[in-house]
Amino acid sequence: MKLEDICCGLSLEVKTAAGKLDREVTGGYASDLLSCVMAKAQAGNVWITLQGHPNVVAVASLLNLAGVIITEGIVPDGATLAKAEEEGIPLLATPLTTFTVVGKLSALGIPGVDD
Amino acid sequence: MPEFTRLQELVYEVKIEEVMNRDVITVSPETTMSELREALRNHRIAGTPVVDQGQMVGIISIEDLIKALAEGEMDAQVGDRMTRRPMTVRADETVVFAVNYFNRHGFGRFPVVDKNGQLVGILTRGDIMRGLLKQLDFEYHREETLRHRVSHIFEELISDQTSITLHCNIVARDFDRAGEASSRIKRALTRLGLHPQIVRRAAIATYELEINIVIHADEGGEIIAEIQPKKIIIRAVDTGPGIADIEKAMQPGFSTAPEWIREMGFGAGMGLINVRKCADEMLLESPNQMWTSAKIVIYLDRQPTEDGPGEQ
Repeated sequence: MKLEDICCGLSLEVKTAAGKLDREVTGGYASDLLSCVMAKAQAGNVWITLQGHPNVVAVASLLNLAGVIITEGIVPDGATLAKAEEEGIPLLATPLTTFTVVGKLSALGIPGVDD
Repeated sequence: MPEFTRLQELVYEVKIEEVMNRDVITVSPETTMSELREALRNHRIAGTPVVDQGQMVGIISIEDLIKALAEGEMDAQVGDRMTRRPMTVRADETVVFAVNYFNRHGFGRFPVVDKNGQLVGILTRGDIMRGLLKQLDFEYHREETLRHRVSHIFEELISDQTSITLHCNIVARDFDRAGEASSRIKRALTRLGLHPQIVRRAAIATYELEINIVIHADEGGEIIAEIQPKKIIIRAVDTGPGIADIEKAMQPGFSTAPEWIREMGFGAGMGLINVRKCADEMLLESPNQMWTSAKIVIYLDRQPTEDGPGEQ
């Protein structure tokens, strides 16, 4: 499933890197603690978090993630958006909670790292 | 000092003849405005050069057509309503000239002439964009092919002990730049054609060591990545405050990060565990608990570690 299909399915707001939505999503990982993401998330995964600061982009870039869904209506600041655009990392915003987003992704068939 | 993107560079490099449209639709001065309307509609264009016996004598556009329609002059000839001596651009000029003309004059298109003044093509803004994007795409694919050939760099640089060292300074508490060193090192390893799993492990380990320096080291520190033909050695050093209890520091969930840093998602207490999982060898020292030094080794010819973050 491509990232753009997920965007449509969950009505996510594309904040950055709109040109990179063609990516095939390999799975999902949800955590607000960066080291846990570093340990578990795989390349091509979509990361679900409510953290919206520039280090989110750094982590997503290092792990070669497909994109980051920022939940709870958190608005990433200018520095984060600029960095994400520069690194080509799609940041997708939603007012929904992490729990709801993960449920919807599961329903779409996106696997977790345990699956 | 603004950095130039490759796209901006291309504007100064690419010639107009490389992006122009060579299929020029033309009309003659005797063509009527009604016939012009058909031509514009059939070819989905908004204007054409007017050519008389092989020579370009003017240009006529959709604006001229609208005026003719308003004035009831649809039977008039193109020759009477065209713009004589239109602005042209030369085929051998670079695209930047055309871009400047477009910005300055507000025309929709320019006829392109060769050095003898002969009409050789037509150029719109869309043609410029399409041409530049095609060039960028071409260069991207060429770069991708090149990258795969770089992996033999250690075979080509012969010495008794060849290594490439990357030395990055880490600034304490600078969370905007946190991750820069690991990103640079990751890019270098990728450029050297190392296996993606190796690159991932090195990136994760370097990142965790870098973040530890940013969070805890009062005066910052350094990350030194030494890439040798058979292994990568990554050292992270700072000047304080040191680790009081190394064994405790290696426990999952243990963190001395302050509250405001935890709110950003750091301080999970998993950093050093991640480092150990990614490395084949790890040495963590805090001499006299005054400063900290971490050294890890990743062997390039070994299989990935059992349950490390590289494996899944």
